Amino acid sequence: MSEPVNSGSAQRHQSLAENLMREFADRGCVVKYELGEVTIEIPAACLIEVATRLRDEADFRFEVLIDACGVDYSEYGRSEWTTGEASFTGFGRGVESTGAHGPENDRRFAVVYHLLSISLNMRMRMRVYVDSSQPIVESVTQVWASAEWYEREAFDLYGILFGGHQDLRRILTDYGFVGHPFRKDFPLEGHVEMRYDSEKSRVVYEPVSILPRTLVPKVIRTDNRYLDNANQQQDPADA
Amino acid sequence: MPEIRNYTLNFGPQHPAAHGVLRLVLEMDGEVIERADPHIGLLHRGTEKLAESKPYNHSIPYMDRFDYVSMMCNEHGYVMAIEKLLGVQVPERALYIRTMYDEITRLLNHLMWLGTHALDVGAMTMFLYTFREREDLLDCYEAVSGARMHAAYYRVGGVYRDLPDEMPKHENNKFRSDAEIAKKNEVRQGSLLDFIEDFTQRFPALVDEYETLLTDNRIWKQRTVGIGVVSPERAYQLGFSGAMLRGSGIAWDLRKKQPYAAYREMDFDIPIGHNGDCYDRYLVRVEEMRQSNRIIKQCVDWLRKNPGPVIVSDHKIAPPNRVDMKEGMEGLIHHFKLFTEGYCTPPGEVYSAVEAPKGEFGCYIISDGANKPYRLKVRAPGFAHLSAMNEMVNGHMLADVVAVIGTMDIVFGEVDR
Repeated sequence: MSEPVNSGSAQRHQSLAENLMREFADRGCVVKYELGEVTIEIPAACLIEVATRLRDEADFRFEVLIDACGVDYSEYGRSEWTTGEASFTGFGRGVESTGAHGPENDRRFAVVYHLLSISLNMRMRMRVYVDSSQPIVESVTQVWASAEWYEREAFDLYGILFGGHQDLRRILTDYGFVGHPFRKDFPLEGHVEMRYDSEKSRVVYEPVSILPRTLVPKVIRTDNRYLDNANQQQDPADA
Repeated sequence: MPEIRNYTLNFGPQHPAAHGVLRLVLEMDGEVIERADPHIGLLHRGTEKLAESKPYNHSIPYMDRFDYVSMMCNEHGYVMAIEKLLGVQVPERALYIRTMYDEITRLLNHLMWLGTHALDVGAMTMFLYTFREREDLLDCYEAVSGARMHAAYYRVGGVYRDLPDEMPKHENNKFRSDAEIAKKNEVRQGSLLDFIEDFTQRFPALVDEYETLLTDNRIWKQRTVGIGVVSPERAYQLGFSGAMLRGSGIAWDLRKKQPYAAYREMDFDIPIGHNGDCYDRYLVRVEEMRQSNRIIKQCVDWLRKNPGPVIVSDHKIAPPNRVDMKEGMEGLIHHFKLFTEGYCTPPGEVYSAVEAPKGEFGCYIISDGANKPYRLKVRAPGFAHLSAMNEMVNGHMLADVVAVIGTMDIVFGEVDR
């Protein structure tokens, strides 16, 4: 069974991208081929239709849903280096803003699915943007059973709802947890801390006592000189 | 007629056979399971969120703590994702070292799995046998990284340092006789590679020993044959990977099908099962241990013949050596920048997967061009496997739940993240 493998990986994925473009462009899908990986962005309305076709059609045959996760794009491209106040939250250095801002409401959340085709040895990624005012997207559990827990996780951590999911409960956080901890506006240290109170002889919840602190600021640099293909920006000085 | 009522049984999270902190709520009809509802998250540490607030390199040690019995494979998945994002070419020697340590890790994991799985099902002896060999392999971890478990040895662009020329030895102490210590040190006279080679020569006979105890053992077969059967179609649907998929008869192994590191050069076979039950998965994993041993041997031979750098010389992502740092201005600046700020990756998104001992371990990284990942999602094989718990134990007896937990090779560090 040791056939020459992976030899045509790039060609396979390139032609996959072309096939996807041909089949789904009229549905409003956008196909990208970057770093050897294929991504398709699907409008929420036709998610189930596209997913079912990706699973069943001979050109695709993505039998396995490898992973599904939520993403919160609200701070995408925002650097801590350029914040105004130099206190707990960032490092004001009078550097001009990178100009990037968080996305609009309808592109704040996304659900990203990773698919694997075992018969054709291909991978691809599907992304569906979710409106943050009404974060609901159709569940793909009817297409891939493994989506059940992944969607529960995305609901738990991001508060994205999945229509048609049979059992949408929290999965990773504590019983009775409030909030969706992986959202970018949820602080890293959380809201409550827990300890055993010997007088009340039970566990008590209190507001957190630790302060948020940034140890290494997030900086965004456009200097990628170690990349072969990054000949566009040769910024000699590190700002 | 007496009235028969179903009842609900709480299994774990403090049960020794729950392999950590699994809480199962079982709806029982007598001794037969009607529904199993795993409650997970008791070990949820929010690692992925933590990683969003740290430079890339700071999260490598967190990777060890996902699946804490196959540490280096997790690191491998993570550093490979960053390397793909950066477009870094890893030196060949580092690739072979990684391949060798991935396989050592696989042995570590499978030995742990075999020992605990057999212990759960009632074969105490296996546990003692497998932990004897784990000791030697953990010594290999220690020799190369200083830590027996949480190594943080793989770095972006290679590995932290080259293999040591000398294997650490046991020191004389009052708990063991000098003769015993001398015997232990016999195999440790040479380099690390000598030690590993010696291990690969001893190991097949030891696997035979395990098989003598279990493979034809009547009790073992009664407990595992026909338990937790998964058909290939369901295995696809349930998102299985690794030995769980191969046990159902699907020849899928990322080391062969989407080779990474030096697996392309390695000569090894993929064992597959027929029936998709616990016994087949046992056979698959035991055979995988033999195959891993073959791979380690090939890596040792190659590493003996081919010295060379083990990490990239680009000091934007790998630190300069100490002498350069102390004597040269360039080195000093690189060192300072690297350790205060880290490196920025180009904006984009990558998913990279390795064949971890438990299945496909994948890292999905979204970068917005910063020195920290914008989003890190870890695809843990155990998460998908555990989600199939209800389906696998349905209709089985309570005692079989333990066998199914064992066969899934669950570790809660990765399930709960």
